[in-house]
Amino acid sequence: MDPLDIARWQFGITTVYHFLMVPLTIGLGMMVAILQTMWVRTGREQFLRATKFWGKLYLINFIVGVATGLVQEFQFGMAWSEYSRFVGDVFGAPLAMEGLLAFFVESTFLGVWIFGWGRIRKGLHLAALWCAVIGSWISAFFIIVANSWMQHPVGVEMGDDGRPVMTDVWAVLTNNTAIAAYTHALFGSLVVAGMFAVGISWYHLWRRRHDGIDTVDPSGSVIVGEGAAPGRDKTDHGVWIWSLRFGAVVAILGFAGTVITGDVQGKLMYEQQPMKMAAAEAACHTGGSFSVLSIGDPGGTCDDVTTLIEVPGVLGFLGTGEWGAAMPGINDLEPQYIENYGATLPDNPLYGERAGSEIDYVPTMWVTYWGFRLMIGLGAVVAGAAVIALWLTRRGTVPRSPWIMRLAVVGILAPFAANIAGWIFTEMGRQPFVVAPNPDHTGIDQVFMYTAAAVSPGVSAAEMLFSVIALTAVYAVILVFELFLLVRYVRGGTAAAMPELTHSPDEHDDARRDDVLAFAY
Amino acid sequence: MDLLPVIWFVAIAVLWLGFLALEGFDLGVGMHLLFGTKNERERRTMLNTIGPVWDGNEVWLITAGAAIFAAFPLWYASLFSALYVPLTITLLALIARAVAIEFRGKVHTRRWAEFWTWCLGLGSLVTAFMIGAVLGITSTGLPIDANGDRVGGPFVWVGIPALLGGLAVVGFSIAHGSAFLALKTDGAIRERAGRIAATWGPLLLAPAALWAIWVQILHGGSLLSWALVALAVAGAAFAWIGGRAGREGRAFAGYVWFIVAGGGSVFAGMFPNVLPSTLDDAFSLTVSNASSSPYTLGVMTVVAAFGLPLVIAYQSWSYWVFRRRLTPGMIPDAHVVLPAILRAR
Repeated sequence: MDPLDIARWQFGITTVYHFLMVPLTIGLGMMVAILQTMWVRTGREQFLRATKFWGKLYLINFIVGVATGLVQEFQFGMAWSEYSRFVGDVFGAPLAMEGLLAFFVESTFLGVWIFGWGRIRKGLHLAALWCAVIGSWISAFFIIVANSWMQHPVGVEMGDDGRPVMTDVWAVLTNNTAIAAYTHALFGSLVVAGMFAVGISWYHLWRRRHDGIDTVDPSGSVIVGEGAAPGRDKTDHGVWIWSLRFGAVVAILGFAGTVITGDVQGKLMYEQQPMKMAAAEAACHTGGSFSVLSIGDPGGTCDDVTTLIEVPGVLGFLGTGEWGAAMPGINDLEPQYIENYGATLPDNPLYGERAGSEIDYVPTMWVTYWGFRLMIGLGAVVAGAAVIALWLTRRGTVPRSPWIMRLAVVGILAPFAANIAGWIFTEMGRQPFVVAPNPDHTGIDQVFMYTAAAVSPGVSAAEMLFSVIALTAVYAVILVFELFLLVRYVRGGTAAAMPELTHSPDEHDDARRDDVLAFAY
Repeated sequence: MDLLPVIWFVAIAVLWLGFLALEGFDLGVGMHLLFGTKNERERRTMLNTIGPVWDGNEVWLITAGAAIFAAFPLWYASLFSALYVPLTITLLALIARAVAIEFRGKVHTRRWAEFWTWCLGLGSLVTAFMIGAVLGITSTGLPIDANGDRVGGPFVWVGIPALLGGLAVVGFSIAHGSAFLALKTDGAIRERAGRIAATWGPLLLAPAALWAIWVQILHGGSLLSWALVALAVAGAAFAWIGGRAGREGRAFAGYVWFIVAGGGSVFAGMFPNVLPSTLDDAFSLTVSNASSSPYTLGVMTVVAAFGLPLVIAYQSWSYWVFRRRLTPGMIPDAHVVLPAILRAR
């Protein structure tokens, strides 16, 4: 097997997996911080319960993100040493900044928050959470700055040894691609967290109705009742209805944000990576129509693609803002790429057996085509669902239908899928380059690198196979454990996250003592 | 020799030493869970001494790695690709350990707790050994060619330096973890942990001392690096005497002193090499030939000069917040999570 293919699979598997946890961490962290702020300001019990419940899920998810993030930091050097050598002067800096300015903040203050309940002043405790949450936003910024440099290299000059040398860190940090991608990813994270809250809250409200705790009057308005079990009182209803509607609003705002930032990204993509834009459309011929459905040989060439349904004009608008503007198709772009960057890989020992082989400038089209559509389509469906959720819950509870409840719970997965589809699209759409050349005037055209040249020359296929199998297996096991715990704590409701709801203070000698930790592993 | 690469060599040494001085004790506490006690409540007490701080400690490792990437990309590329197998094992151990710390207390059955105790303990042991091995190899060298790529197969790193470095960090972590537990707990755990450090301290630190001396002899240590070795020995003595006298704060400080001076002597001894080549001295990566451009180093210097003191300040504060000693009595009872729906029926 080719070490290059294994290394790519490994990067794909570990990164996609890591990015299952990241958007939930970013979005849910912000929601928990807002809920705790509401509690500190109003003193209302329902916000405290919501903070503790969502906080618990946040932490179960957070730790898996932390654990799998370590791999990300190491594998550039391990599997992609030539890449690291080539880009090190500019690419390492944002990673180190992420460590120094974000990871420390995130992990230290989260530790203070987890163990700080009852230990430090309320305001300080809340501030610790905000620090941790803002730390995760800063962290996302630096990592996307690094990624965007691979999409749109700026702030560098070619050095004497053929490696780019950073000349302007400000240009790297304010890379237009980075600003657009960063905000896009943040808004996408809000959709993930918002729908997470909607689905889980829906389940609990439905359960309260199913168990006969909450009923509705003839006009459909909720009559909140009390259940026998700990934590299933009237406040409990407030926790879920508030979380549900809050989540729906967050998801809708998040989606609106992704539309605006995605539009900016589309225009940048047209300028910076026209081939990716064409591949997103499986557009062989120059034109301005947006394909709704194209079919053909998935792995094939342009000749096999047939567009069945298309909307005239939309593509031109996506790319340039001008209705119906002509966008270059693959058949026109490919000769340009061959002219600019050559038809074959250079005869350089760096490329090993691949030296001199023909370069395919067209990304794997079925991935880019469907990745792009899945992202947009699922995003829109989710936003519509959030609006419907707001409408259905306008009288204070959810319908009794178990099918709508199941839909709401399964719907949690949709924004995750949209996020992943977007990333797979943008990363695979950049191939065959790991650092994409930018043909426009703002990029530096000489700075590019083929993925084929980036892999570690000294590492054998066997080693890579070992790591990809070991990591995938461990990741799979951890995912099972994480889902098991999430489901368990979701079903436990707020009482699961708050022992004090189950054990009254006089029940135990232990609980009366004031030196018992409010939280412990 | 330019000043900036030297500053960054020192900065990376500081990050590694910070990692060893901090994560050293929480790796040690992780190992203690395996052999230190059989009592669940005592295990939980031990785990909670590191609960609020372990993740912050681990960031020193991440930042050390990222700083090598930013400041010495050629060092990063060669070291990480050459040590592909040991680093993969390190990552697996770190993952198992991190997840174990968070998940262990989430379900209260014996099997669950035992499974995660093993993940945590073995994860800590393997992490300590592998990081030690990686540092040991970095200080003595690898067969790397002119391009910086490893020659000789995936296991060419196996040898005495790897073993010595691995044992050094494992031994130090156990001793340091004992001193930390003695400082942070009360009652039986405190006594037992104090006794371990007082009895086995010198033996546990011996591999580290041996490693430090080996590096000096191998690279012809300078006056500074030999002075650091002597200082490390003094730190060890201070820790041991403090531990035997029941002065737990001193013992803990002594171990920090030992690893900072001893680890410092290793970095000082290998300077200006960052990754010596055992094939040809001309292939060795050094502070000068592996570094980033002066501009990048300058930018990173500004970031570090602003960021690192801030990190040290708020991390110290978090230690201050959680300064209290823990006892098994302070650990809340297991809170069994029941599904709301079952309780309703």
